[in-house]
Amino acid sequence: MINWFTRDAARLLIPALSLTVLLLVIFYLQPRAMSYNGLNLLFNLAVPIALATIAQMLIMTVNDLDLSMGTFVSFVACVVATFLNTNPLLGVAILAASIVVYAALGVLIHVRNLPSIVVTLGMSFVWGGLAVLILPAPGGQSPVWLRAFMVSKPPLVPLAIIASILIAVVAHLLIMRSSLGVVLRGVGGNLRSVERAGWSIVRARATIYALAALFAILAGLALVGLATSADANIALRYTLLSIAGVILGGGEFVGGRVSPIGAVIGALTLTLAGSFLSFLRISPDWQIGAQGMILIVVLALRLLFNRLEKQRKSA
Amino acid sequence: MIVIKRLLHKPWIWSFVAAVTVWFVTIIFTGGASAFGLTQATLTFAAFSIIVGTGQMFVITLGPGNIDLSVPATMTLAGTVALKVMDGDNSMIVPGLLVAIAIGFAIGICNYGLIKLLRIPPIIATLSMSFIVQSTAIWTNRGLRIKPPAVLADFTISTTMGIPNVAWIALILTIIAYWLLQKTIYGRWVSAIGQSILAARMAGIPVDGVRIATYVLCALLASVCGFLLANFSGGAALNMGSEYLLMSIAVVVIGGTAVGGGDSNVPGIWGASLFMFLVVSMLNTYGFDAGIRLIMTGIIIIGVIVLAGGNNSEQR
Amino acid sequence: MTMAGPQHAVIEVTDAKMSFGAVKALDGITLAIQPGECVGLVGHNGAGKSTIVNVVNGGLTLHEGRIALGGQPVDKYNVKVARDHGVRCVFQELSLCPNLTVTENTRIIHSSLSGWGWRKRASSVVRAKLDEIFPGHHIQVGALVGDLTISEKQMVEIATAFSEIAQKVRLVILDEPTSSLDASLAAQLLKYVRAFIKTGGSVILISHILGEILSTCDRIVVMKDGKVVAARPSPEFTEHSLVESMGSVVKGPSARPVRDISPGTPVLSAARRREQGLPFRAHKGEIIGLAGLGGHGQTETLTDIYLRHSGNWLREQTPKVAFVAGDRRLNGVFPLWSIIKNMSISHLADLSTKGLIHRQDEMKLVETWKAKIEVRTKNVENTILSLSGGNQQKVLFARALATRADVVLMDDPTRGVDIGTKQEVYSILRSEADKGRTFIWYSTEMDEICLCDRVYVFNNGAIVAELKGDEVTEKNILAASFMGAAA
Repeated sequence: MINWFTRDAARLLIPALSLTVLLLVIFYLQPRAMSYNGLNLLFNLAVPIALATIAQMLIMTVNDLDLSMGTFVSFVACVVATFLNTNPLLGVAILAASIVVYAALGVLIHVRNLPSIVVTLGMSFVWGGLAVLILPAPGGQSPVWLRAFMVSKPPLVPLAIIASILIAVVAHLLIMRSSLGVVLRGVGGNLRSVERAGWSIVRARATIYALAALFAILAGLALVGLATSADANIALRYTLLSIAGVILGGGEFVGGRVSPIGAVIGALTLTLAGSFLSFLRISPDWQIGAQGMILIVVLALRLLFNRLEKQRKSA
Repeated sequence: MIVIKRLLHKPWIWSFVAAVTVWFVTIIFTGGASAFGLTQATLTFAAFSIIVGTGQMFVITLGPGNIDLSVPATMTLAGTVALKVMDGDNSMIVPGLLVAIAIGFAIGICNYGLIKLLRIPPIIATLSMSFIVQSTAIWTNRGLRIKPPAVLADFTISTTMGIPNVAWIALILTIIAYWLLQKTIYGRWVSAIGQSILAARMAGIPVDGVRIATYVLCALLASVCGFLLANFSGGAALNMGSEYLLMSIAVVVIGGTAVGGGDSNVPGIWGASLFMFLVVSMLNTYGFDAGIRLIMTGIIIIGVIVLAGGNNSEQR
Repeated sequence: MTMAGPQHAVIEVTDAKMSFGAVKALDGITLAIQPGECVGLVGHNGAGKSTIVNVVNGGLTLHEGRIALGGQPVDKYNVKVARDHGVRCVFQELSLCPNLTVTENTRIIHSSLSGWGWRKRASSVVRAKLDEIFPGHHIQVGALVGDLTISEKQMVEIATAFSEIAQKVRLVILDEPTSSLDASLAAQLLKYVRAFIKTGGSVILISHILGEILSTCDRIVVMKDGKVVAARPSPEFTEHSLVESMGSVVKGPSARPVRDISPGTPVLSAARRREQGLPFRAHKGEIIGLAGLGGHGQTETLTDIYLRHSGNWLREQTPKVAFVAGDRRLNGVFPLWSIIKNMSISHLADLSTKGLIHRQDEMKLVETWKAKIEVRTKNVENTILSLSGGNQQKVLFARALATRADVVLMDDPTRGVDIGTKQEVYSILRSEADKGRTFIWYSTEMDEICLCDRVYVFNNGAIVAELKGDEVTEKNILAASFMGAAA
């Protein structure tokens, strides 16, 4: 018997419930949303956000925070819409180099014991600058294959849903199930004892930063495939959205407590919050506000749940 | 000699040295023709980031994890609502300012309320708050562009004794901030909490009281800055604060305030803000475009933190 | 049983010496652990138990002395060498990752668990070991360690230490393993220890429950002040002879001013902890000692009292309690500040008007206390970290004494302080107490406890004994700390 009332299960339960409630209300208000096309429209933009959220989650696994996520995804989008389209080899090389840069940042942060917030703050200017250099004005074009992939219509289930599930499963296997993922989460949980058991913390940090860069690059790819072109500010909101998504999905800033499935659910919920309002005929002005409210409500529910859990235990 | 030696040990001196250097380099290129204009423009634009940066500095001084992400949204909302209240009417300037201040006060209380009630880290509390505040700003604005009262608009773009009025305001506010930090019990308490929240509590400091006051102070400064910026730029734009999210943190870090908390640095905010805008002007005069400027900014921030972080580890 | 013969000691530490500052933690200790024996290690606070344990597990490098493994001298001994030799340690502070499951924690400790099916292998190893040591346990190996109870965490920690994956387990150090286990679990563990010994393994057992030590160990080593004061086979000891050998060898009754404060209304009181033991109360002008082994609830009691009597939102003009930290780095000094600011922080309300600090008054206060308590520095503007540990501690004393608080709480403040400073502190305490101040003093040092008017002895988080007047003796305190409410 698995005990479903563990704190981690509870963490997942609340965001899953809030996503379900949102969906049900939308279906009730607009039954047509239940169709293949309806779902695709609802969740289309969630794919890049989900990928960026996973990237942020990986950084948060080792108790760090990436304030450059938005500008980095924008930079990737600019590279994809220009170099990857016209000169694929160069494009791939640039993206590979950016992964190396991320790994190097992880090493720098660890070796010099720097606050990740400030280092990534600096990097956000750097990525933003590079993006502006590549695309001073909105433009570029998505590679044809990428566009074709993002608008493809697999039978029965829309691509957005398949992609979200795939992202969640892959990230779950990587970080929650693999023997590597255990060590990476251990670094966030109790760095000293992981070190005492003979693991290299520098290598763990470099790995997690490189993995995060990989997911962020996928986010940039997905975004360009959907938007067909790019500009230097295309994904600026992703920094805050990705942090909100991780927290919404039950992750925490410290302690290596993260949940990839929760993070994807969090990203989907944040995406839905916007469309939800338009179904309620509330002004889209409140779209961002709704995301904030959902965050607060879920965090309040979680606190309440933890209180009840504590009472149950002490009783 | 001794004076110079002591000055060199002040962490804020470097941002000033850098600012002056960049100023000279820029002037040399233009042959001295633009010296006056350049100084005035720099002071004007730096004033805004000095005001928000000072608020952010108080929050960062509270220790690791303390950061206010709601600064840009607060600026936008305060600016938007104040313009709406004043509606171009010169007689409504004081009520407009009071409304802006009230908005800042309320946001500060809400920020700390969320931190305390939901027991969540300040980053996530101020982030959620900023989403809501930003939405409120969008809703109140509705794409309207209300002109600021003529007197106020004039005031914000004109100068007194050759120095822009906004820079005077920034100077007054930073002097108050300096006084608060150096001379009052509150300043001691902020610094103590930033060094060790546990030691502060066990030394009898009312930790929650000091922290809520600090979050309110930060939001107040952001709302005053939003008020000035909206009047300066002839109307409130919805993205008017966005640039100040990263900028407010950047000037604090470059200005020599300890990122780990406990040690704030008011003069450094001036140095760093002037420096940031001078770099922009310099690269402009030399014909570099925006991309290079951003990259330089980022490299400077990382350079500063790598150097500062190294010093800390040697002391330990 | 120290046996000669063909068998070599699993580990042999010879003439070990270590000192931290002025404190001699180990003063020439020789300890050899033979295969197939269980050695009990007992001693009061500061006897050097945890230091020798950290030397054996490779965490500390000896300043002087030699280490031999299986009869072979080793030059560079560290954690990795220790682990490869099969030396494991169960720490008192839990060393598991709370965000991982039991299985996953096993993977962290044993790096060879990787590749396909690692999860299955890890689960079966740790589950088998748990079943073997604690039959009938209810721990799910898939459960998060953070969700387990303290005793379950301790069980998992013990099971992972005894698990054999790549190398054979030769020696396991158990540091207070039963402190968070109930009686039946403790019995299971001790039974397993005996079985493990029979198969040729070795165990070092540290415990404050002398009954366990006597019944489980083959040999008992008694330590005091970094030295071995007695080492004999267990049957030659009794609980009483153990307690006696832990005490001072030569010491007459100390000349102690016995004061009995007439019991009036207490200035401060606290309920029983965890609904066990005795309640706590303090009267005006009393010096109250909190005794017992370190980490048995004394610091928590002090912190609770402090937090209950001080505000978190508003400034208080007259604080009711003041606190002197023992762990200076954790909750004492403000490292970025000068001596002045560190000393005046709790007293600012009296040095200011309307929130504005008067620098002259502050300076006057600091100079007064600097002279009174003899802080050795040329310039009080210097940073606090420029002072020696003892002088930093004096600044913290001055910080608390300068307030107008009636009650001063002290959390083992003389840890690592030289004897001269201690004497100065004692006389100040006495004169302040005579003026009507109450001191509540947790100390790990017997001499200091014996200076107190009244003593509460802590054991397992609760007060088990109250000693008054002539009852305050080393013997009574040791007896209560090691045997519960026997005194």
